[in-house]
Amino acid sequence: MKADPAGVLTGAHYLDGDFACGEGAMAAGCRFVAGYPITPSTEVVERIARRFPLMGGTFIQMEDELASMAAVVGASWTGSKAMTVTSGPGFSLMMENIGLAAMMETPCVVVDVQRGGPSTGLPTMVGQGDVMQARWGSHGDYEVIALTPQSPQEAFDLTIDAFNLAERYRVPVMFLMDECVGHMTERVVIPEPGAIEVVPRALTAKPPAEFEPYRIDGGTIPEFARAGDGYRFHTTGLTHDERGYPVMSAGCQESCVRRLLDKIQGDADRIVRFEEEGTDDADVVVVAYGITARVARLAIEQARRQGVKVGFLRLIVLWPFPEKRIRELAGSVGAFVVPEINYGQIVLEVERCAGGRCDVVSVTHGGGAVHDPAKITGEILAAGAVAA
Amino acid sequence: MSVAKVGTRTDFPAEPPEHPTAPYLRMERIPHVWCPGCGIGTVVQCYATALGRSGVDLDKASVVSGIGCSGRAAGYLKLDGFHTTHGRAIPFATGLKLGRPELQVTVFSGDGDLTGIGGNHFIHAARRNMDLLVILINNFIYGMTGGQNAPTTPLSARSSTMPFGNFEPPFNVPHLAASSGAAYVARWTCLHIRRLTWTLEEAIQRRGFRLVEVIAPCPTLYSRLNKLGTGLDGMSFYHDNAVIRHGADTRELAIDFQKGIVCGKFVDEEKPTFSELMDEHYGRVLGEKYVPMPASGGWQHG
Ligand SMILES: Cc1ncc(C[n+]2csc(CCOP(=O)(O)OP(=O)(O)O)c2C)c(N)n1
Ligand code: SF4
Ligand SMILES: [Mg+2]
Repeated sequence: MKADPAGVLTGAHYLDGDFACGEGAMAAGCRFVAGYPITPSTEVVERIARRFPLMGGTFIQMEDELASMAAVVGASWTGSKAMTVTSGPGFSLMMENIGLAAMMETPCVVVDVQRGGPSTGLPTMVGQGDVMQARWGSHGDYEVIALTPQSPQEAFDLTIDAFNLAERYRVPVMFLMDECVGHMTERVVIPEPGAIEVVPRALTAKPPAEFEPYRIDGGTIPEFARAGDGYRFHTTGLTHDERGYPVMSAGCQESCVRRLLDKIQGDADRIVRFEEEGTDDADVVVVAYGITARVARLAIEQARRQGVKVGFLRLIVLWPFPEKRIRELAGSVGAFVVPEINYGQIVLEVERCAGGRCDVVSVTHGGGAVHDPAKITGEILAAGAVAA
Repeated sequence: MSVAKVGTRTDFPAEPPEHPTAPYLRMERIPHVWCPGCGIGTVVQCYATALGRSGVDLDKASVVSGIGCSGRAAGYLKLDGFHTTHGRAIPFATGLKLGRPELQVTVFSGDGDLTGIGGNHFIHAARRNMDLLVILINNFIYGMTGGQNAPTTPLSARSSTMPFGNFEPPFNVPHLAASSGAAYVARWTCLHIRRLTWTLEEAIQRRGFRLVEVIAPCPTLYSRLNKLGTGLDGMSFYHDNAVIRHGADTRELAIDFQKGIVCGKFVDEEKPTFSELMDEHYGRVLGEKYVPMPASGGWQHG
C-alpha cells in the first residue's frame, strides 16, 4: 500500500541522519515509539515526540531500555508498527526483549546509533562496534535483519525498508546507524506519499476457530492476529507449538527454532543488498558499510590514481550477510580490504566466506573518529602489490 | 400409612454441565503446572469469575504475565494472552494498552517478577497511572526457580538462598504501589475467595494503575522451607491471622513472619490515567491539530 500522508513530510529538507530516520519511521507508518534518551540517538525520538501528536502516534519515554523494548513488542501485537531507538549501552539492555520479539515473531524496528564502546565508552563519538551484537546479542539461535545507512537520505529511505522487512518476515529489524551518519546534516528528499511503498501488517483472514498463531500453511511465516480482534490467541517466549503453547521437548525446539532461522536464511537472496562497483577486473575489493563506506570511497579513488584495480562492495543489508557474493569474489580477487570502526568484526564474516581463497585485510579503528583515508589507501596499495 | 417407592433412577445427563469457569480457561491445557495446595489457581478462578461478572468484552481483554509459577497464569486464561520475559510484563502491557487503547489489559504475575527484577517498571507504571490491572501473587518466595529469597520474603523466614533466615527488609507491596501513585490498591489472601472476586470485579471496572496483591501459599517451597505444613495449613493460618481493615494506612501493611496480615481495600481514587492526561494536555496545547491514537489502535489497513 501507499504511505499514510499524515506521516510524510514531502519535500527537500536539510536534515541530520537522526531526524531523517525519524521521518522515515513516520512515513513507513510507525505509530508507536518507546525509548530512553541516549546520545547520539536521542534526536530520532525528539523528532517523533514533536510530530506524533499530529498524526495519531504515541511516543512514551520509558524508565529504561528494557522497558522500551518490551513496550515495543507489546505494541506490535496490536498491529501498530513500533520502533525503539538507542545507542550501545541501551542496545545491550534491549537484547532481552529482542530475543522475545524474535521468538514471538514480532515485527519491530530497533535503531542503534552506534558510538564507541565498550560500556559507556565514547558517548558522542562514532563507533561501529555493535554490528556483531546486532546479529548475536540475545542468547540462543535466532535470525534478524540489519541495515546500515551511509547518509541522511539513506537513513530516511532504509528506515522505510526496515519497517517493510520487519512486516514481511515478522522479525525485529536492526537499524545500525553510526554517530557520524546520525549527526551529519545533508539534503534529504522525501517523496510524495503516493511514491512510498509500505507493507501493512497483514492480518489473518481465518475465523478465530480455525486460527493457530504459529501454524504454517505453506511458506515459512505464520499468519498474524492482533490483540483485541477476538482470536484469543496465546504467545510465549518459551519454545512453543503451532498453538503458541509451551512444549518443553527437543522435538518442538527443533521445529520452533529451525523455522526462525529458515525464514531468513532461506530467503537471504531476496533480503541481501549491497552496492557494487568496479569489481569485474578488480585485484582488490574494499568491503565497507555506514560512514566508513564514504571514507573508503576516497581511499579507493586515491588507490586507483596509483594504478591499483580496486573494486568496492558497500554493504547495505549487513545481516543476512552477502555470503554468496563474497564467495564468488573470493575466487577472482587477490584480497579483500575491510575497514570498519571496530577492532575487526565484519571482517570475520568476510574471512569465513573467503575461506582462505584470497587475502583478507582488516583495517581497524577503535572509534572516536573515522579512518584516515590514507590508512585505507595504504592497505589497498599493499594488497594490490601482492595481488598484481 | 403409605410406603415410599424404592428404585434406582438412571436419568444421568450424557454430559455434565460445563464448569462455570471453563469458558474463561484454555481447557485443553488443563491439568495445569501448579502443585497441589498452591494458591495461584484459586486466584485464576477468582479472576475468571470476576471477568464474567464484570461484563467486559472478553475479545478486548488481554492478559500479560512475566516469568514464574504465577507467570503461567496467562497461559491458562482464554483471552489474548502474552507470556513475556521475567519482570517485563508491565512494560509489555504498557505497549499493548497504548497501541490499542480500547483493550482491557491485566498483568498477572509473581512478587519476584513484579517487585524484584520488574520493580522499576512497577513504580513507574504506578507513577504514570498507566491503565493496567496488576494482580500480584505474593507467595513470599521465588517459586519457579526453587525457593530463593524474594524482595517480599519476611524477615527471618527461610529461603534456599537465605538458609539461615532472611535478614533483608522486605517490600510492603501495597505501600510501594500507593506511594508511587497507584489509583487502586487492595490485598487479600487466597482464603478470601468471595472478597477477592468482588475486589477484582470492582478493579476491572476502575481505571488507572490498579494493584491487587494476593497472599498465596506455596506449600512446595515456602511452607516446606519454613516448616509451615501443607497448603491447607496455610489457609488456616490466614483464617486465624488475616484481619480486614479497609482504608488502612498503607505504611502499616508490612508483613512479618507468621504474623497478622492486614487485608482490604486501601486506595480507590478517581484520577486521570496516562492516556487521559496525554489527551487532555495535547488537546489543550495543540487544539485542533492534535490527533489522538484511535481507540482501535494505530494499525493501518492494507
Ligand atoms: C532474566 C531472568 N532471570 C532469571 C530467571 C529465572 N527465574 C524464573 S522465575 C523466577 C522467579 C519468579 O518468582 P516470582 O515472580 O515470585 O514467581 P513465583 O514462581 O513465585 O510465582 C526467576 C528468578 C529468568 N527466567 N529470567
Ligand atoms: S512451587 Fe510453589 S508457587 Fe510454584 S506451583 Fe508449586 S506451590 Fe505454587
Ligand atoms: Mg513468588
